[in-house]
Amino acid sequence: MSAVVEFRAASYRIGAREILKSLTLSVEPGETLVLLGRSGSGKTTALKMVNGLLFPSAGDVLVDGRPTAAWDPVRLKRRIGYVIQEIGLFPHYTVAENVGVVPRLENWDAPRIRARVETLLRQVGLDPEQFAARYPAQLSGGQRQRVGVARALAADPSVLLFDEPFGAVDPVTRLDLQKQFLDLRRDLGKTAIFVTHDVREALMLATRIALLRDGALELLATPRQFLDATDPEARAFQACLDWKVDPQ
Amino acid sequence: MKAMWGSLSGCGGLLGRPAPAILWTGPSTLPAEIAQLTLDHLTLVLVSMAIAIAVAVPAGILITRRAAWRPWVLGFANVMQTIPSLALFGFLIPVPLIGGIGKRTAIVALVLYALLPILRNTLVGILGVDAAVRESAVAMGMTGSQLLWRVEIPLAARTILAGIRVATVTTIGTATIAAAIGGGGLGVFIFRGIASVDTAQILAGAVPAACIALAADAALGLLERRWRN
Repeated sequence: MSAVVEFRAASYRIGAREILKSLTLSVEPGETLVLLGRSGSGKTTALKMVNGLLFPSAGDVLVDGRPTAAWDPVRLKRRIGYVIQEIGLFPHYTVAENVGVVPRLENWDAPRIRARVETLLRQVGLDPEQFAARYPAQLSGGQRQRVGVARALAADPSVLLFDEPFGAVDPVTRLDLQKQFLDLRRDLGKTAIFVTHDVREALMLATRIALLRDGALELLATPRQFLDATDPEARAFQACLDWKVDPQ
Repeated sequence: MKAMWGSLSGCGGLLGRPAPAILWTGPSTLPAEIAQLTLDHLTLVLVSMAIAIAVAVPAGILITRRAAWRPWVLGFANVMQTIPSLALFGFLIPVPLIGGIGKRTAIVALVLYALLPILRNTLVGILGVDAAVRESAVAMGMTGSQLLWRVEIPLAARTILAGIRVATVTTIGTATIAAAIGGGGLGVFIFRGIASVDTAQILAGAVPAACIALAADAALGLLERRWRN
């Protein structure tokens, strides 16, 4: 099986600072690869190189076997879904219009867009009757994030990128969204790259975890292997799980 | 440029009617004269604002893309606005092509005067669009012009409109000075009133001008509020 996304010694530097150091990694169809690491470990940079928001200063990032630099930048972005923590819903568009953005850019006809939006809203657990005509300002944080996921799925992208998508919601809502992520993966079988600094989230969602430290790949492991890893950075993350809270 | 001036002078039937008699012929013709000069004044303001918007909005958008040009463009507009308005009208008279006595020069001065608020609000409005919104628009594969027309302009519209509103209200007042260089408008009454120490004449110019300003302010304010939804 050929990789959907492949990093080939991809580096990224700003001036003398090397943010990502020769990352080599491939993402197989249907898997959820979680990029785990502390703040500043280069995980968001790696993610943004997949849809051409950033380009490697050395090496290559391949999507469907073709380097991102060789893609038409607009085509590349339209076939990759992107969800960020701040969501970035368009405040002047209704929920339905937000979800339908990429299909509209792709000139789908109106009935097809309407049907697609309805399907997607149901898939992310929002009743279209109730939510389609609302504006983002009229939604809770969790609902907005669901709309963000529906919007990323709209044009049936081959890869989904998630940049700490559930980082800004309360823990109860976060668990709901994480469960829904697993349901969507079961139903749609999409390939996903997921950035997080939350080791629990990584273990829950990943098929494989890529642990980054200071821009370098430290460890690539399944969640189960990750729990047994002896690598110091992996240990540091394991410690976050082991720490028992002892109420006073 | 030529064509624009051509079409302007094409409205000459409306614009370039001979200046009303300098001599005050008595109260019987006053209402007609007020109506005529009000219309004259409105034309000055509308033409100036149309040109100012057509120049300043695109220029404002351009400098959101070219940060290096920002200080020059804003600086120019700033300097224009720091020149006392009466002086600006005067400075333009000897300038070839755009200068001289009459409406054309007045319109050029009014346009120069109206640029800054529109330019600044366009810049601020577009730069004020949430970075996450802009990033997701780009990440969804919007082209530069789609980002501009579908996201940035709609979201900046209220701010841009607020700039147009300020510029319009100012222009309605400043347009009274056009009379000083033969540009006509309600300033004709005011200058005549000052010259003859006739308060009634001054009021005949000032009251309609103030009314137009209030009406324009209210109408544009309404438009600005309605833009939200």
